Amino acid sequence: MGIDFIIAAIITVVGLATPILLAGLGELVVEKSGVLNLGVEGMMLVGAISGFAVTVYTFNPWFGVLGAAAGGALASLLFGVLVLQLNSNQVATGLALTIFGTGISSLMGLSFTGRIVVPFLSVFPDALAKHEYLQLIFGYSPIVYFALIMVPLTTWFLKSTRAGLILRAVGENDLSAHSIGYSVIKVRYAAIAFGGAMAGIGGCYFSMVITPMWAEKMTAGRGWIALALVVFAGWRTGRLLAGAYFFGILMALELYAKASGFSFLPSQFWAAMPYAMTVVALSFISSRGSAGANAPACLGKPFLPST
Amino acid sequence: MTMISRRTLFKGAGAATLATLASPALAEDKVKVGFIFLGPIGDYGWTWAHNKGREAIEAELGDKVETIYVENVAEDASAIPVLRDLAQQGCKLIFTTSYGYMDQTVQVAGEFPDVKFEHCTGFKRADNVSTYNSKFHEGRAVLGTIAGKMSKSGVMGYLGSYKVPEVVLGVNAFALAAQKQNPAAVVKLVLIDSWFDPPKEAAATETLINLGCDIVTTHTDSPGPLQILEQKGLHGFGQGADMSAFAPNAHLTAIEDIWGPYYVERTKALLDGTWASIDTWDGFKEGTVMIAPYSKDVPADVAALADGVQAGYKDGSYDIFTGPIYDQDGALKVKEGEVMALGDLAVMDWFVKGVESAS
Repeated sequence: MGIDFIIAAIITVVGLATPILLAGLGELVVEKSGVLNLGVEGMMLVGAISGFAVTVYTFNPWFGVLGAAAGGALASLLFGVLVLQLNSNQVATGLALTIFGTGISSLMGLSFTGRIVVPFLSVFPDALAKHEYLQLIFGYSPIVYFALIMVPLTTWFLKSTRAGLILRAVGENDLSAHSIGYSVIKVRYAAIAFGGAMAGIGGCYFSMVITPMWAEKMTAGRGWIALALVVFAGWRTGRLLAGAYFFGILMALELYAKASGFSFLPSQFWAAMPYAMTVVALSFISSRGSAGANAPACLGKPFLPST
Repeated sequence: MTMISRRTLFKGAGAATLATLASPALAEDKVKVGFIFLGPIGDYGWTWAHNKGREAIEAELGDKVETIYVENVAEDASAIPVLRDLAQQGCKLIFTTSYGYMDQTVQVAGEFPDVKFEHCTGFKRADNVSTYNSKFHEGRAVLGTIAGKMSKSGVMGYLGSYKVPEVVLGVNAFALAAQKQNPAAVVKLVLIDSWFDPPKEAAATETLINLGCDIVTTHTDSPGPLQILEQKGLHGFGQGADMSAFAPNAHLTAIEDIWGPYYVERTKALLDGTWASIDTWDGFKEGTVMIAPYSKDVPADVAALADGVQAGYKDGSYDIFTGPIYDQDGALKVKEGEVMALGDLAVMDWFVKGVESAS
């Protein structure tokens, strides 16, 4: 188990954690505003194909990431209109968005099967990015650094800015926020769009970095892991970052265990681990009484002001 | 940005509706042949190859036959309504192109006794259910020969899906062939419990590389692993189709599945009423397995060895499963000079010595 092996393992874990970190961060903000958007998987897929398509046409992966964010945001706004204007049931609409996103991405992707793009890898010079030890810091795609920067930025936004405070207020008590004069609908639209954009970028990590091609349903359920991650993290950004990497380690462990011949645990055990860990975390959180229950009070409830 | 405009969406929806409306009108004249596919036809691997077989039917018998296909059919109970739907739409011959459709095929075949079913890589038959398989392991023997000669570390990776006989045969053939070139060759096996999961395939390939493999062969359906190998400057093989477009430097060669001739033959049998339930297991000799052209990275002497294996299979003088063969615990399972029978190969569930696996 030399140092090379450890470095390679860490790089694998980073690759596994980044997409769920991005989608999870977006979903955390959405849920903090009181909306439960179960359509993460669909938004990630729309982001994956949008980013891929833009990169194919512009040969510029930066535009690709922007395209992925826009694609994810547009898909999420579809959800937003249904849930905020028409007050449809958030759970059902979110699931519908997942199904819709999966389908529309497959439809858009039909003309892109068999195409590849240059993978969006590190922008640092080879001396740093491919260096034996320094690659641990410099060897990642810009999307990885973006995800890591967004964690403290989002934390700062939620805790220390007025806009973040309003967002949290809307999520905790929408009627009070409304009566003070804040536009609950506008705040939630913005949060939903942000969540969609982040999920889209998380999705394009699959189609532009991991395997730079388009394949139907290529996110393979990671959107659901991102949803579980938000709950596992107790809606706190610091725990979300730790949780994303913890889930990444679990996913990597599954593969390493198999490749190294550990047969005392069936493979399905490893695949179920992220979800099992979420249940464990949930029971731990709720056993500590209401002090541990961080779910925004209005999560999932439609906003129906009397005025 | 390439979001589809509403106009294009409606055009597409309109065209799709018209197409489905049009088919019943033609049904009177043409015989319908149905296909259910495991993945998308754009996977450039397993399903893509089956679709090529379907296109061969249309090319040769398009005036008498019309084909219908359904992609992304899961290998569980949800396949049953899909199969029923195809039968009710009037299909007289249905190809179910994956092992996991076995029980569903048999069940629906019982409900529609005048519809013929062809199940790929399974073993359950009925009066109206045939099985067909390809000796992919013959192709693996060629790949193992190349890997055994070209691997510098002597550790090769095998990315598999499930522990089904097809995969077990592939792993064993690969390992035995590699060991013929390098007696110390070791094959590390990872089974990812899926036939098509590009990010997991990519992560598994990275894992195998991190554990010392410098050549990885895949038994899953996407070209993802090859892209990882390309990024790392290593080599690998394509699966089901020539995947060199995805990894021009890493792709040494590929096993190509050629289903066209068999599909055309069975459709013709249906048309002239000679269709009967049979079990077919063809290989190099009959042309269902082909090796893609070698890339420039394959040295001439290695290519010659690989060609020798192919030729040996074609004239019947070579069989990788010739004893002595030991299992992972070192016990002798096949005696010296003895050749394993097809019946034993069809249910093989143990790995040979040199394969490192979790089960």
